[in-house]
Amino acid sequence: MSTSTLPSAAPITLERTIVKSWKGPIALSIFALLAIVLFGVFARPGVSHFRLSTTGDFFQLPQLDVPTTSTGWILAVILVILAAWSVLMVFQSRRVPLWLTIVFAIVFMAGFLTWVAADALIPIPGLLIGAVSLSVPLIFGAMSGVISERSGVINIAIEGQLLAGAFVSAVVASMTGSPWAGLVAAMVAGTLVSFALAAFAIKYIVDQIIVGVVLNVLVSGLTGFLFSQVLTNNPKFLNTPPRFDRIDIPVLGQIPIIGPVLFDQTVIVYFMYIVVAGVAYALFRTRWGLRTRAVGEHPQAADTVGIKVNLRRFWNVSLAGAIAGFGGAYFTLGSVGSFTKDMTAGAGFIALAAVIFGRWDPIRAMLAGLLFGFATNLQSVLGIIGSPVPSQFMLMLPYIVTIFAVAGLVGQSRAPAADGKPYIKS
Amino acid sequence: MSGNEPVDRQLPNISPEKATREPGQSGTASEPERSRWNVAMREILNGSAMISLLAVVLAIIIGGILIAVTDENVQATAGYFFSRPGDMIAAIWNSVSGAYVSLFQGSIYNFRRPGFANGIRPLMDTLTFATPLIVAGLGVALGFRAGLFNIGGRGQMLFGASAAGWVAFSFAGLPFPLHLIFAVVAGVIAGALWSGLAGLLKATTGANEVITTIMLNYVAYYFVYWMLSTQGLLQLPGSNNPKSPGMLPSAVLPPLFGQQYSLHWGFIIAILVTFFAWWLLNRSRLGFQFKAVGLNPDAARVAGINVPRMIVYVMLFSGAFVGLAGVFQVLGTVTTGFSAGIDAGIGFDAITVALLGRSKPWGVFAAAVLFGAFKAGGFAMQASQGISVDIVLVVQSVIVLLIAAPPLVRAVFRLPKPNLLSPLKSNKTQGKKAVVTK
Repeated sequence: MSTSTLPSAAPITLERTIVKSWKGPIALSIFALLAIVLFGVFARPGVSHFRLSTTGDFFQLPQLDVPTTSTGWILAVILVILAAWSVLMVFQSRRVPLWLTIVFAIVFMAGFLTWVAADALIPIPGLLIGAVSLSVPLIFGAMSGVISERSGVINIAIEGQLLAGAFVSAVVASMTGSPWAGLVAAMVAGTLVSFALAAFAIKYIVDQIIVGVVLNVLVSGLTGFLFSQVLTNNPKFLNTPPRFDRIDIPVLGQIPIIGPVLFDQTVIVYFMYIVVAGVAYALFRTRWGLRTRAVGEHPQAADTVGIKVNLRRFWNVSLAGAIAGFGGAYFTLGSVGSFTKDMTAGAGFIALAAVIFGRWDPIRAMLAGLLFGFATNLQSVLGIIGSPVPSQFMLMLPYIVTIFAVAGLVGQSRAPAADGKPYIKS
Repeated sequence: MSGNEPVDRQLPNISPEKATREPGQSGTASEPERSRWNVAMREILNGSAMISLLAVVLAIIIGGILIAVTDENVQATAGYFFSRPGDMIAAIWNSVSGAYVSLFQGSIYNFRRPGFANGIRPLMDTLTFATPLIVAGLGVALGFRAGLFNIGGRGQMLFGASAAGWVAFSFAGLPFPLHLIFAVVAGVIAGALWSGLAGLLKATTGANEVITTIMLNYVAYYFVYWMLSTQGLLQLPGSNNPKSPGMLPSAVLPPLFGQQYSLHWGFIIAILVTFFAWWLLNRSRLGFQFKAVGLNPDAARVAGINVPRMIVYVMLFSGAFVGLAGVFQVLGTVTTGFSAGIDAGIGFDAITVALLGRSKPWGVFAAAVLFGAFKAGGFAMQASQGISVDIVLVVQSVIVLLIAAPPLVRAVFRLPKPNLLSPLKSNKTQGKKAVVTK
């Protein structure tokens, strides 16, 4: 919030200058309109079935059956009310809160699912569990991007860091028989990729985007080469990592619907909660965070007050690499099991999209990661029940949303001021 | 979503055209052109050609180390290295020389085949692989010269290939040269428009083209995949596979030296396009404006150049070149119908090609031929020596990393620092430019 002092006032009064941003309400209104058209005008007859719990759950919830058309109308009306509320808030010069957007997104998703599931069954727990497991590497990658870019180094190499983490964790965990060793090794691998990024970007002042792109190719080539030359010759010894078991947290894991989704997961997912909370706290509430942001926004000012800009950038980028490497380990130790060539399949770029869509904020980036994971998993679930929307369009969604976000059509997305600019002390 | 934005932030550089980024350390590529002799002298003094050569050598050495370390014979002989070191040295020599000999034989000339006509076939393969790389590399290089980073090669190629492919298998009645020209033009326009979208977004909203082109790659991939798996659009009628029908013979680029070689007329087009790119950048008014925008958008604007319009134009041209690479893929390389993987990673290789060629048209041409040789040779090496073709990716990326950081190469080879106009120095001034203070 910007402030400017008025010289004449005896007790200094702070004047707030407020810019009304209509982009949010406009976006919500468009989606609300879309909802009316889709759920109302193009309503599909029938009954939508939702399975709310699996057989292993502590609480058994009955299957939810709702009439498609009327539910669609009700949800569309709710969406219109929410959009109208956001318009009203901007009228009153108030900020549209994040929770309103989240509620809007959830209601829209519920409406969409109801519309899609006419005379079909959607297993909600499976949908959500799949979404979370697809989101985990995205969120780790996004945290890596947030830390790196907040300190002024563009991290396109997230993909490479994830892939390096996945590869090394598979090999080390297979050789040692301990997934924990694999996890540590993955962090080291991610850090090594970051060292290369930091060395070239900070010491040799090579364009950071170029280094990132080339490092992705390098890691893809290295892991692919080692995979076909070494791992395929001895898969038993080198590429059968033990996987982490799911740990059910006693009380929390028994909450209906979200309990099994969030609290019956592998240890990597629990680490993810800690990492997100830690990054969010550290970035905005600690001395480290203040200095990191200073280095990313205005390195000269930071240097003037005695912060070693390049050193801090170097270690922050390394930390970012460690986090992304950790996320890469989820591919092998958490979900798939063994390493395959290019198994990250663009997750690093979606993580980058999550960073931008999340406006370089850890919590928002995590939500963006969850949204993208959800969209990806929704596509595979809809593929099974046969959806009216081609699955490719669901898969496109995260990327289109990011383009809109970058273009400033959905909220404003502004990078840290010195993001991507090397700092040379004069 | 976004509420009250701060208004009077005193932060530098929030203008949309802030991204004046140079491809790597390409101080030489972006500096104003001087007289030809001057440039040539400076090249030698700067050692930029020398650095490129040394980077290639270093990358090949690193590739050799990787091949040796992962070779099973080497690993076996390493067990008794201290009793019989000769065995291990021989094993290393066998594996590395075997790999590079087959790389050579797969890319330039194969002495084992009888006769010149057969022996030269690898070179033809090299040039075939190089053909799309040349034009795609030129597209990326053009963007670099104007300070734009086009990572969207994949999407632009896919759209170029789809449009050209659709024309090539749909219009059955058209005669040969007309049908081909129609298909090529359609592909070029499709690539240009897809890339122009990113340019338009940057020019109007300031959206960073790096992000938008990456995202548009994925959008293009899924869109083309959808078209390929939908009857009536691009899918082969009556098929369930996401694959298009084969191209009609009237729209296929004819082979250049007869049916026995894979090389097609696209190579001639690529040479002409390289010449055109050279003319565009060095002799035309538009190219001058492109370079002015790339060197300093603020100065360009003051000089009366419409910077947003130039950004759109650059992206249109860049996408047209890259789209042409997609056209070469469907009408020249794979004429039996294409799938969503038709781009074959060329869109990304083009970035490394443009960097290696230092964003100069003929430099890009040479770099593309080198990478074409790596590709052709890499596949031959995989077939004969069982060494994964991924090693080529490693070698390529190491080359580009090293070229981007000349001080590193100099440190490795203990070369003296050039005193005047050193890349390190120009780097530093570039860096100073990058952090703008107000």
